[in-house]
Amino acid sequence: MIPVAFSYARPDSVDGALALLAEHGEDATILAGGHSLLPVMKLRLGAPEVVIDIGRLPELRYIRVQGDEVAIGAGTRHRDLEASDVLGSDVPLLAAVARTVGDPQVRHRGTIGGSLAHADPASDLPAAVLALDATIVLRSPRGERQVPATGFYTGMFSSVKEPDELIVEIRVPRTGSAGWAYEKFTRRANDWAIVGVAVVDGRVGLVNMGASPLRASATEAALADGASIDEAAALADQGTDPQTDVSATAEYRRHLARLLTRRALTTAAG
Amino acid sequence: MTISVNTSVKVGITVNGEETTADVEPRLLLVHYLRDVLGLKATNVGCDTTSCGACTVLVDGESVKSCTVLAVQADGQSVTTMEGLSPNSTELHPMAAAFRAEHGLQCGFCTPGMVMAAVSLLEENPTPTEREVREGLEGNLCRCTGYHNIVRAVLSASGQNPDAVQTTSVDADADQSPAGGVESAPGFSTGSGA
Repeated sequence: MIPVAFSYARPDSVDGALALLAEHGEDATILAGGHSLLPVMKLRLGAPEVVIDIGRLPELRYIRVQGDEVAIGAGTRHRDLEASDVLGSDVPLLAAVARTVGDPQVRHRGTIGGSLAHADPASDLPAAVLALDATIVLRSPRGERQVPATGFYTGMFSSVKEPDELIVEIRVPRTGSAGWAYEKFTRRANDWAIVGVAVVDGRVGLVNMGASPLRASATEAALADGASIDEAAALADQGTDPQTDVSATAEYRRHLARLLTRRALTTAAG
Repeated sequence: MTISVNTSVKVGITVNGEETTADVEPRLLLVHYLRDVLGLKATNVGCDTTSCGACTVLVDGESVKSCTVLAVQADGQSVTTMEGLSPNSTELHPMAAAFRAEHGLQCGFCTPGMVMAAVSLLEENPTPTEREVREGLEGNLCRCTGYHNIVRAVLSASGQNPDAVQTTSVDADADQSPAGGVESAPGFSTGSGA
C-alpha cells in the first residue's frame, strides 16, 4: 500500500514546524514516529498535501523532573517511557502503560505526543494521562497554552488542538508510591485493548469505552465517599458509550469495564 | 524563515555499513527503498500493516517495521538488514547461527524479520527469560507457528541453555500469575500491588 504523493519538510526546530503549520494550514500534518499517521496514509484514509517531520527534533525528546511534575517532551518515544528510571520511580503507571503499547518495533518509533494527538479511544496512553491528571502543553505562533488532559478530547479522533497547534510537552504529576494498576484486555498478542483500565491514586481512566478516552467518574466519586472496591467498580461503565464491533459487544465491554476496574483497584490497593 | 517543502528528496542512508544515496519520492517506504532501490531482498513485505514483523530491520540498532517508516525518515541514519548481519557467508552472526542450530525456521518467510527483532531484543535485554523472549517477539508472526524453536534459538543466542531456561521459567511464570498459573488471555495486568 502506497500513500498518496505528498510534499515533505523536515524543519530543524519547533518554531520552524509551527511556521510551516501556519503556512499550510489544514493541508499539512505533523509526522513524529509515524505509527498512527503512516497506516492511515497507506490505507488512503488520509492524504495530507504537506508532511512536516518533527520526528528527530531533540528539543522534543526529554523526560525531566520539574517540581511536583515530570515534564515529557512530546517527541519522547514509548520505548523511552518504558525504560525511564525517572518514570519508573516517580510515575510508574506511565512507564508500565507504555510497555503495553503495540510491540517493541512500534515502541521504538511511536511517540507520546503522537499518540495523544491521534486521539484514538482504543489507545493506551490517553487513558493513562487522563487517570494521571496530566497537563498537555500546546504551542502555536499565537503562543503556548496548557490544557488539562480531562479537557483535551472532544470525540473520536478529535481534540481541542487547533490545526496550527503542536503538542510540545506533557506534564505528569509525580505519583510516587501511590497505588496504581493497568488492566488491558486483549484476545490476541499485539492487539489493541478491547477495554483497558488505568488506575492511580483513586482516579480511573478507561480505554475504548466511548468515542474518546474518559474517566470513570461515578467510580471515583463512590471511592471518595468511602465505597468498597466492589461497590465502586460496579459503577465503572456509568456515563460510558462503548461500541459494538468485531471484538466485543457494547454490553460485553461494559462488563469488562466493571471487572477490570475491580481488578485494577484491588491491585492498586496492594 | 524559509524551509523547503519538497516533492522529491535526496536521501543518504548507511545500509549495512555502506553509504547509499538516491532521489526518492517522500512517500517511498523504507522497505521499498531496501528491496527495489538497493536490491536487498532479504527483508520481506508480509502484511504491510505494521502487524507481522516480516519487514523488521534495525535503524541505528533498534528494530523497526520498515513498511511503516518512510525512507526519508531514515535519512542520515544507519540501517541493518539480514544481508548485513553476518560478516560473510561462512561466518554467521550468532543469532543466525542459533536459528540454524535450533531449527528456528520452517518456510523461512518470517525469518529475516524474526532474526532482526531478536538481535534488537538481546541488545536491550541480554539474558531474557523465556517469557521475555516470547513477549519481545510479540511483533513478529510465524504462520508456520514455529515459535517453540524460535524461542529456543533466541535463548541459545543469549548464551543460555534453552532446556534449562524453559524448565525453570514455566514454573516461575506459574507462581507469578494472579490466576494461579492459568493465563486466561494475552492481556496485561500490572500494578503496584502485583
